[in-house]
Amino acid sequence: MEILQMTGIEKSFGAGPVLEKVDWDVRAGEVHVLAGENGAGKTTLVKILAGAHARDAGEIFLDGRRVSFRSPSDAARRGISAIHQDTSLVLSMTVADNIFLGREIVRRGLGVDFRAQKRKARQLLGQLGLDLDLSLPLGDFPVSVRQMVEIAKALVHEARVIIMDEPTSSLNETEAARLFEIIRRLRDGRRAVVFISHRLEEIYRLADRITVLRDGRRVGTFAAAALPPDRLVAAMVGRELGRQFPARRAVPGRPVLRVRNFSVPDAAGRKAWSVEEASFDLHEGEILGFVGLQGSGKSELFHGLFGALGENVRGRVELEGEAFRPRCPAASIRRGLALLTNDRKRSGLVAGLSVARNMSLASLPAFSPGGWIRESREAIAAAQNVRAFDIRARSVGQEVGTLSGGNQQKVVLAKWLETRPKVLLLDEPTVGVDVGAKHEIYRMMDGWTAEGKAILLITSELAELLAMSDRILVMHRGRVQTSFDRAQATPERVVRAALGTGAVG
Amino acid sequence: MKAPSSGASQGGVRRALQSSAVRALAALAFVFLLGLVFNADGSFLRWSTHRDMLRHISVFGILACGMTVVIITAGIDLSVGSLLGFTAVFFSLLSLQWGWPPGLAVPAALLAGAACGLASGGLIARFRIQPFIATLAMMVFARGMAKWISGGRKISTAVQLPDGSFQYKGVPGFFQSLNSKLLGENIAVVTLIFLACVVLTGVLLAKLRPGRHLYAVGGNEEAARLSGVPVGRTKLLAYGLSGFLCAVAGICQAAQEQQGDPVAGSTYELTAIAIVVIGGTNLMGGKGGIGLTLIGAMTIGYLEKILSINAVGEAPRLMLTGLIIVGAVLFQRVRK
Repeated sequence: MEILQMTGIEKSFGAGPVLEKVDWDVRAGEVHVLAGENGAGKTTLVKILAGAHARDAGEIFLDGRRVSFRSPSDAARRGISAIHQDTSLVLSMTVADNIFLGREIVRRGLGVDFRAQKRKARQLLGQLGLDLDLSLPLGDFPVSVRQMVEIAKALVHEARVIIMDEPTSSLNETEAARLFEIIRRLRDGRRAVVFISHRLEEIYRLADRITVLRDGRRVGTFAAAALPPDRLVAAMVGRELGRQFPARRAVPGRPVLRVRNFSVPDAAGRKAWSVEEASFDLHEGEILGFVGLQGSGKSELFHGLFGALGENVRGRVELEGEAFRPRCPAASIRRGLALLTNDRKRSGLVAGLSVARNMSLASLPAFSPGGWIRESREAIAAAQNVRAFDIRARSVGQEVGTLSGGNQQKVVLAKWLETRPKVLLLDEPTVGVDVGAKHEIYRMMDGWTAEGKAILLITSELAELLAMSDRILVMHRGRVQTSFDRAQATPERVVRAALGTGAVG
Repeated sequence: MKAPSSGASQGGVRRALQSSAVRALAALAFVFLLGLVFNADGSFLRWSTHRDMLRHISVFGILACGMTVVIITAGIDLSVGSLLGFTAVFFSLLSLQWGWPPGLAVPAALLAGAACGLASGGLIARFRIQPFIATLAMMVFARGMAKWISGGRKISTAVQLPDGSFQYKGVPGFFQSLNSKLLGENIAVVTLIFLACVVLTGVLLAKLRPGRHLYAVGGNEEAARLSGVPVGRTKLLAYGLSGFLCAVAGICQAAQEQQGDPVAGSTYELTAIAIVVIGGTNLMGGKGGIGLTLIGAMTIGYLEKILSINAVGEAPRLMLTGLIIVGAVLFQRVRK
């Protein structure tokens, strides 16, 4: 039974249409996946549904009655809730207060009934299989828990349609598995879950039906069982992509980076170490993959090597045969290191600056001999990068913040390649990137290693890790535990080692 | 594509209005039009009115140049008014009372201003004190210094002799020439100094590597840091330059008043911020430019001039200015 129907939805921002005559329906008790490349219109469609954007044309029916949402809170009152990452939560308030924010339980004239709220909150979180200290501020909990709290909040609003836009992008495998369990419970409770994801594996673990959008139009809605992955990808991209991962061409050569007993202090205090005594070699042309749970120290290892955490690191590092002491990003960049962080919005892009200025940011000295910026040189380099990385932008002067996720990621990659690095530290290079752009990033990674560059790779996508890495190092609680050659690395082995449950060796 | 001609031109206008510079110019043009309508029996049509407006706005404009640089780094500098007061007093003390030649007094005052700015910048960059707090502290501190070195009195050419009587020395030529007008009395020297500050700040922001650093730090400090941008030094530059320009403004103010008044410049920081904001530079940082500030300074300048030539009283003038600030900011936001 359809709870929700949308017909002839149209929307445009500025010049181009983003959605053209999209029809769509959502049923009670289903997980409905919206699939499509970045810029296909998925997010715009669910934002219209959730009242965050106004539509230009078209109609929305809820239980067969025509409705119009003026705002997200208006939509929430009618039972449609969007789960964002953090955005509607107040991190300084307690878990219980967050869940009832805007819907406080009030005793007649006596203010908020905190006890009743706590009781109800405990019950709701129990339904989600969560047991938290409700009186702690929400900011004390990891992102995964915050998401669960958002879901609990949606339940308070008696949401019947729950929208999740890429909810797993900041979760590790265990946390994601738990979220999927909750999604299934919601579905079994006759609620509808709308789910947006770029990860095929997730889509097929959850979806009952899949609606594919491309260039603002609906390609079709399919039963998940009737749509094999390659046909889904073809529907999203509009063409056959061929193999998802390139065959690795590069042959590892002599070592470029030697790391011995490398330790990184915990960001909070000096006493604990987030990376302890890590040792490994990285060779020319090699992709060395890192796997481990969140908190296993992978990202901290990258930051520590790059000098982003200052000089408080310990151990010996050799870069191209010479001693290297991580000190500060500028010095590391000069020595041929580049760090792509896992959060381009927070630490990769300067959203308000243009494509060209973002691309030159890490190699400004080369673009400004004597301190004077050569803007024409900068523009030429940017134009070359736009072509080489196949970036869809109106011009190199366009603000980066207005590009789609995949194109933003390519801009950050271009920025680092512009520094002519020998060793690339890539932390989740394809996070929030659509299938087509992922494909290109894989090809480029293979190309860079073929030129002799070396890559350290972190990725939470197992398929990506296994396909791209020549060797895999498993980290657990700050230590490098196990290493696998490409031939030994099976999904089961790697996951077991990452969880720390498998026998070592 | 459906309606080629009208669609294209409409889109063109809309796109043009998305540019901050066009919006700022539109606001300025609107105020200018007001002046043409309410021209006070033609006095708005005389060049001397415009010359006086430019002269009046120059000191504020010089402060606003530094404020622009600071705001681009996503900071704020509340100390500019007090630093103007302090440097005006300091400069007057050196040149009027101690008889230092301008070749020594000017650099000394500029150094003092820059040093105060660097101190604020150091608190912000090194000790991670919020710019609002650090410069609030400097605002109070600098006002205190101004009163301390002047003994709470205005520093003028009057020198008290041992017998208690006052002797009046002549005002140095440097003061006169700073306060004069050039090109057949058609433009004030302080206006030229303001324009020079605009040009220098503009070159820094648009052409020089440290200028690019300012935008990057204001736009996304963490991304800038990881890209090798010297974040701390960039902030020092911003506040140091702001302090330096406060001293430039302070010297001009002293020359115009022919004395150093320890309470000079009170609330000037608010005017400087208003100029930057009306120009369209966003307080969130990472965006904006000196051209916008120049336009903003002229917008406020014309507004005040039009109100004063039409003999609007101070009370309605202040209320109107408040409303205009809100109106300008709302206009900047339309359809963004």
